[in-house]
Amino acid sequence: MEKLRRSETLELRAMVGIDPQSDGLARARSYGIEATHEGIDWLLANRDGIRIAFEATSARIHARHAPMLRDAGLVAVDLTPAAVGPAVVPPVNLRQHLDEPNVNLVTCGGQATVPIVAAVSRVTDVPYAEIVSTVASRSAGPGTRQNIDEFTQRTARALETIGGARVGKAIIILNPAEPPILMRNTVYCALPEDADREAVADSIVEMVAEVATYVPGYRLKSPPVFEEGPFRTPAGEVPTRVIARAPGAGAGDTLPRAAGHLDIMTASAVRVAETLAAERLREEVPA
Amino acid sequence: MTAAFRLTDTTLRDGSHALSHRYTEEQVRAIARALDAAGVPVIELSHGDGLGGSSFNYGFSARDERALLRAAAEEVRRAKLAVLLLPGIGVAEDLKVVRDIGATVARIATHCTEADIAEQHIGMAKQLGMEAVGFLMMSHMVEPAKLLEQAKLMESYGADCVYVVDSAGALTIPQARERVRALRDGLDCEVGFHAHNNLSLAVANSLAAIEEGATQIDGCLCGLGAGAGNCPIEILAAVCDRLGIPTGVDHFALMDAAEEVVRPIMPRPQVIDRAALLLGYAGVYSSFLLHAERAAERYGVPAHEILVELGRRKVVGGQEDMIVDVAVELAGARGRTEAG
Repeated sequence: MEKLRRSETLELRAMVGIDPQSDGLARARSYGIEATHEGIDWLLANRDGIRIAFEATSARIHARHAPMLRDAGLVAVDLTPAAVGPAVVPPVNLRQHLDEPNVNLVTCGGQATVPIVAAVSRVTDVPYAEIVSTVASRSAGPGTRQNIDEFTQRTARALETIGGARVGKAIIILNPAEPPILMRNTVYCALPEDADREAVADSIVEMVAEVATYVPGYRLKSPPVFEEGPFRTPAGEVPTRVIARAPGAGAGDTLPRAAGHLDIMTASAVRVAETLAAERLREEVPA
Repeated sequence: MTAAFRLTDTTLRDGSHALSHRYTEEQVRAIARALDAAGVPVIELSHGDGLGGSSFNYGFSARDERALLRAAAEEVRRAKLAVLLLPGIGVAEDLKVVRDIGATVARIATHCTEADIAEQHIGMAKQLGMEAVGFLMMSHMVEPAKLLEQAKLMESYGADCVYVVDSAGALTIPQARERVRALRDGLDCEVGFHAHNNLSLAVANSLAAIEEGATQIDGCLCGLGAGAGNCPIEILAAVCDRLGIPTGVDHFALMDAAEEVVRPIMPRPQVIDRAALLLGYAGVYSSFLLHAERAAERYGVPAHEILVELGRRKVVGGQEDMIVDVAVELAGARGRTEAG
């Protein structure tokens, strides 16, 4: 909500929930934004002038809502694991999916790491990529915890289909330390013999700067590190790997700083919607 | 005489850390055959970090763990085959594959405060007709009451046994005792104990656990395992024999297996050197040892400094990526000091 209020392209018209006691809805009202606890029924009845719906419910609920939103002519930006529409990672493949009625944000780990894998695969072959996301226990909700396989499998697939790795693997670790840790992400890419290291490092640095334009605080902990193998990856033996370490920091608007993984999701969602809005607006307004 | 506890050998799983996950089919066959012949009732086999652990972060296996499991399955006549799975690293689907190969015991491991991420996997194990064992790692990091709360979650998902796992080899004898007792008093299912020898207490803690009512105990031939290794089963069995505790295994056969089958393939003796001792003292995940040594060499900083720093940061099992982080930072700090 805070990010949408700051957006120059989007206007936040309403917050739709189901809990009359919700803090989020109360906060929306205090900003003078329309807020309802009457769920999707309210939205469908009051959709005039609304073009984009951000859905952060659950996979099951979004699967039910998706056709309703589509029939109502609303574009759905899906933050759940429902994956009704194609998975998008803004700097990598959003441009290919601007006409979709529904786009999915993969996972927080995917938003934090797929751009780095894509940065490597645009300058050299990536036979295998692996990411490790460590998040504070307190910030991982029951949905994530009860279906942790969904996180690893969906993220791994995105490393392949969007990141451009031939084989992807994702690992998630929950750390219960107090005070809660910041989300951290480590990306490993297998590199072939002939990889141009300077080009790989430059490409990663450039991509991180691009992500940082919409995820404030996203940065490399240090320049990419190259290590000598050989490494016997599932996609064959490679001589070298590159390691990039990026905390998934965000603006930390109302979420605790530790919930950087949620922050990167909302930041990516806003970037997706801003891009869609700009694109469709351009088409609809005659020159 | 009925055994006082069920011994689970994990030479082919935890021991795989000591070999940097480079077991061959031939080695697996020889070890599985020897354990089975000695009457060891459960043999655990997988990558050291569980199914799907073969990775940059934890080290790639030389051979596919499924091929190794098949080799073991062909050798054993009496023993049950077990696998380890860490949710977040492996997935529930992996259990189907290993069940079809012949594994009948699924050990599902989480950090000691994160039991609820195991619901899916314990459920899958039960659905597949496997025995499900909950594995609460780094048990030294929480008080007994908290550990019991987490163990009860695992029991509620269907676990047939919940283990107190001393992943850092950090528990003293009274601490091991009170954790096993808390679980024994508070659970209806069985309680197990998994030791590491970083403080030289693996056998002593295992004996204390048996006294407190643990009915499943882990160990390895020659103590082969992460850090200073696990509880050496040939020693545990010999001590139990002297104490009159029935084990159901042939301790002389285990001594032979340790000496003749495992010792010749060990890359180095399983000793408690400074770095291993510091794992136990600082409460750091034992598997970090060899990774820290490699990072130490790469970045020119002492391994024990890396390990102590990891302990200070309260890093948990699975966060092997932090080792490079800390090594790079320590190397940077040294560079600055030298330059300044």
